[in-house]
Amino acid sequence: MKGIMFIDGQKIEFDGEKHILEVIRKAGIDLPTFCYHSELSVYGACRMCIVEDKWGGIMTSCSTPPKDGLEVYTNTPRLQKYRRMILELMLSNHDRDCTVCDKSGKCKLQELAVRFGIKRIRFGTRDKSIPVDRSSTSIVRNPNKCIMCGDCVRMCEEVQGVGVLGIAYRGSKIMVTTPFNKNLGEVNCVSCGQCTAVCPTGALVVKNETEKVWEVLHNKNNRVIAQIAPAVRVAIGEEFGLKPGETALGKIVAALRKMGFSEVYDTGFAADLTVMEESREFLERLDRKEKLPLFTSCCPAWVRYVEQKFPDLKDNLSTCRSPQQMFGAVIKEHYKLVQEFSAVKTVVVSIMPCTAKKFEASRPEFAVNGERDVDIVITTQELASMIREAGIVFNELEQEALDMPFGLSSGAGIMFGVTGGVSEAVLRRCCGEKTVGSLKELEFCGVRGMAGVKEACVKINGRDIKVAVVHGLKNAGELIESIRRGEKVYDFVEVMACAGGCIGGAGQPVPSSSSVKVQRAKGIYAADRVSQIKRSEENPMIIALYNGILNEKRNLMHVSSRNRSIRKEE
Amino acid sequence: MRIKSAKELESCSLLFSEAMARQNKKVLVCAGTGCIASGSIEIYKRIRELVEGKGLLVDVELDEEKEGIGVKKSGCHGFCEMGPIVRIEPDNYLYLKVSPEDCESIVEETLIKGIPVERLMYTSEGKIYPRQEEIPFYRKQTRVVLENCGRIDAGSIREYIARDGYKALCKALFSMTQEEVCREISASNLRGRGGGGYPTGRKWSQVLAQKADIKYVVCNGDEGDPGAFMDRSIMEGDPHRVLEGMIIAGFATGSSEGYIYVRAEYPLAVERLKEAIRQAEEYGLLGDNILNSGFSFNIYINQGAGAFVCGEGSALTASIEGERGSPRVKPPRTVEAGLWGKPTVLNNVETFANVPRIIINGSAWYKSIGPEKSPGTKAFALTGNVNNTGLIEVPMGTTLREVIFEIGGGIKDNKKFKAVQIGGPSGACLTEEHLDLPLDFDSLKKVGAMIGSGGLVVMDEDTCMVEVARFFMNFTQNESCGKCIPCREGTKRMLEILERIVSGKGRPEDIDLLGELAETVSSTSLCGLGKTAANPVVSTLKYFRAEYASHIIQKRCPSGTCKALRIIGIDSKMCKGCGKCARVCPAKAIEGEIKKPYRINQDKCVKCGVCLESCPFSAIKEG
Repeated sequence: MKGIMFIDGQKIEFDGEKHILEVIRKAGIDLPTFCYHSELSVYGACRMCIVEDKWGGIMTSCSTPPKDGLEVYTNTPRLQKYRRMILELMLSNHDRDCTVCDKSGKCKLQELAVRFGIKRIRFGTRDKSIPVDRSSTSIVRNPNKCIMCGDCVRMCEEVQGVGVLGIAYRGSKIMVTTPFNKNLGEVNCVSCGQCTAVCPTGALVVKNETEKVWEVLHNKNNRVIAQIAPAVRVAIGEEFGLKPGETALGKIVAALRKMGFSEVYDTGFAADLTVMEESREFLERLDRKEKLPLFTSCCPAWVRYVEQKFPDLKDNLSTCRSPQQMFGAVIKEHYKLVQEFSAVKTVVVSIMPCTAKKFEASRPEFAVNGERDVDIVITTQELASMIREAGIVFNELEQEALDMPFGLSSGAGIMFGVTGGVSEAVLRRCCGEKTVGSLKELEFCGVRGMAGVKEACVKINGRDIKVAVVHGLKNAGELIESIRRGEKVYDFVEVMACAGGCIGGAGQPVPSSSSVKVQRAKGIYAADRVSQIKRSEENPMIIALYNGILNEKRNLMHVSSRNRSIRKEE
Repeated sequence: MRIKSAKELESCSLLFSEAMARQNKKVLVCAGTGCIASGSIEIYKRIRELVEGKGLLVDVELDEEKEGIGVKKSGCHGFCEMGPIVRIEPDNYLYLKVSPEDCESIVEETLIKGIPVERLMYTSEGKIYPRQEEIPFYRKQTRVVLENCGRIDAGSIREYIARDGYKALCKALFSMTQEEVCREISASNLRGRGGGGYPTGRKWSQVLAQKADIKYVVCNGDEGDPGAFMDRSIMEGDPHRVLEGMIIAGFATGSSEGYIYVRAEYPLAVERLKEAIRQAEEYGLLGDNILNSGFSFNIYINQGAGAFVCGEGSALTASIEGERGSPRVKPPRTVEAGLWGKPTVLNNVETFANVPRIIINGSAWYKSIGPEKSPGTKAFALTGNVNNTGLIEVPMGTTLREVIFEIGGGIKDNKKFKAVQIGGPSGACLTEEHLDLPLDFDSLKKVGAMIGSGGLVVMDEDTCMVEVARFFMNFTQNESCGKCIPCREGTKRMLEILERIVSGKGRPEDIDLLGELAETVSSTSLCGLGKTAANPVVSTLKYFRAEYASHIIQKRCPSGTCKALRIIGIDSKMCKGCGKCARVCPAKAIEGEIKKPYRINQDKCVKCGVCLESCPFSAIKEG
């Protein structure tokens, strides 16, 4: 629908906007909301986005469709009074230990309380205290901070199709909880962390492990090695005022060295290994026509999702470890000999855009004799907080280069950070024709872009290869169902749990708008464009490694079996 | 048996009414929930046994042409506090508070000899009222929706058909178009009896205009207001009337499925509706190809799990779908996207029960009852400090004075009227100045009140209005679904303040804070529950502000209701120092020496009042 609306007297055209909230934002007014997210269904619970019409009628702008000639006011005395009262009510039942809250400084409730000048709470305080749930490897749940906006519930259900969060009880006893009030670590949570990305308060936050990193860094007997995932470099700058998509890899390297890391490497290098192994596996399966389609295995939330929701399809998952875990296993192997002769202990810290990577690194199959391949996983946001804590002025850092030999990666390896990137990288490897023209062809075959489900058909060595690229687990679940019903046939299916792929991971700075992810994707593709090595197999370090330690130990890069049970107690 | 045409229905109706006429005496034992609770089933069994023993019992059967006495379980007669109730036809005797021992006299005297049993009749100020219609409680009532309640066997489709049942359906199916039915209902100005008062005909026309592969009719029987039982009585006492209204709505709007959402706390209503559905299906009045008209309609029953908020339309449909019973934002409205996202007619039980009569008698007849803009009758549950409590039905526009002082028989124990709370837990409290206010949608709205579903709680001079506000706020805050913040947190904090005031800890700023909260909650809540939750607070603040002030400033409860504000003291001049009070005091708050005046330590006193009763010299007083 098209038309003209009057917002605070300002004439604003609308064209297809579903709700007047979107039109109001178009008018440059930042109307406050807690429960409105464009990617989630309209909920209408927080009542902050109320507007008044010329007759004094009050409505929530998130749920009212625009109408030609409609006049609304966004900041009348009544609205101001009501918004302040709603905030005061919310705060009265909120655990207000803000200074020690993980979300302090990034909390929407705090921000709006400041914006609306809430200086006193005239009501009683919270009357009960619910234990904080720290059982998950990735997420900390503190119901005492929950304002019941329901964002996490809808994210988990509507976008991720996981549904481990739900609303229980009623009235003032209402709460967001898990099935049967179990701990988050005991239910089918895939640790994607998207709930923490939409949570406006400190009710759901990423488990902070920066303290552990400081501890290993401060111990002089440690060789602390960092690996940086591709998606981190195009997003961390947002924490320091850089533009989304602007690559800051050189500054990250400099910062990590200042903080005391011994060696700084690129997870993109391990992604190149993944491409080599996954391509080989894919071509073998194609030849044998078995366990197709091949499901990618880089995304730990997706792997968990398959294990729990589609256990019968576990074998379709590639046996390749994810780049993070390949990196950890190879590095630990690399330093094994050295370690035998010195007291120096190798500690691998990965910096990831992802919360599920914390879970992945904790899985028992990724530990040898109790020692984890990846010791600590921190997110982009955690790294940013460490940089700030260390007093490093990020923007003024001189760029530094990664260490060798594990710091070199191809453009294909970097592309792992965005949806479609793994597919494109594998196709580059599988494609027999190694020309610039073939690269262009693959770029436009349909694997790039932000559509939730993308399909491509590529001719490789005379064969038509059908590829599906999905992001968002709900989309993945639906795709699997359509494969099962026989409606769709694919050879290769790439799944990333988070919308946009790793660039949209829950460990990244929370995007202020949907265009942020597009900018980050551009940053990834730009890094590929300037890379002199486009294909994983052309990476000289990879070739050297295959001729070296991996010659006999390709098993380091694979999981022996995917029979891990769904829950701990089973 | 299956009735296959309009004509067959007509002849059935004739046959059944002839069969009913062969029952030259009818005993209608009230089998509403109230009377059942006071033992009416035993009375029904006893009378039946006695009549059978005399070989006089006949039921409404087609093949048997025997004359005799019918003994049946009827729906609610309304005068519940006088139960168990037994009505004798054709004499129209109404026997009240009948006990099993009375059954013999009823049979021997009234049924056999035709003599009334006077001791079972309503008596007021020495006068005996033998016939039902003469009793003041009934005199002012007009029964349209409840016309069959108490007059027919609630479990018999035959008796319903005998009294023109399903005639309206027949008329709609065979001599009206869908549009004509919608127009007739629109012309009658029938407005939703669930509380909103939305024009029913307009709603139906809107659903008829929707294009969809399937549409639904939903009957809201989730009567959650404490003390209200209008819908329950209709469902229990005349279930076919509700079904007929729904089937007509289905025909008029092009729907093929209906759901009745009824509270699980109404087991009898569920049972009677289930039985009614079974009978209607058996008779070909429900299901596929009704009366061979080509129109098919099925009705299912859905039991609610006892959430007040499920009476809200979108919460109700969500609950039927198996989702959490929470209201959703609108638009889309229920008429566009209701149950399972399809166009849905959602009306209340009483609304549907009005439909058959309107179709038979026409909209002009309906509009002749009550005011033109909100015509018809309304059933109310009259409770509180009145002499006669129970279920009543009066024409819209009847004044509160008529309801309370004529039908209700005035205030109990000759006390003074103080206020009446109307419209359920989120209704407003009206006062003396509103007694001549006509009860209809528009007049009530003008004074900030609403009919709601029809609860009327009458309060006498001994009622504390702050406590009343607290009581209802406690209810709404418990029943809030918790979804939107103003309702969830606002009701909690209003309750917190009200509890503070009644316990003597009110602060001077509390009155303004309550007002501010009430305004925010009313203006910004998501659904009707929140939007109206503050009504008891707003109306008592408006009409009884002084009472709030005296609780807060003087720490006094003028009606003496609020226990925490009682001050109990010992008059030292009258105290003989016997020490009895000190011995009975459970809090050991009374100190003193024998033969000297005792004292109450106010810090320890729990205001229980035990000492007041114990003092042989009336030396202990409340002030």
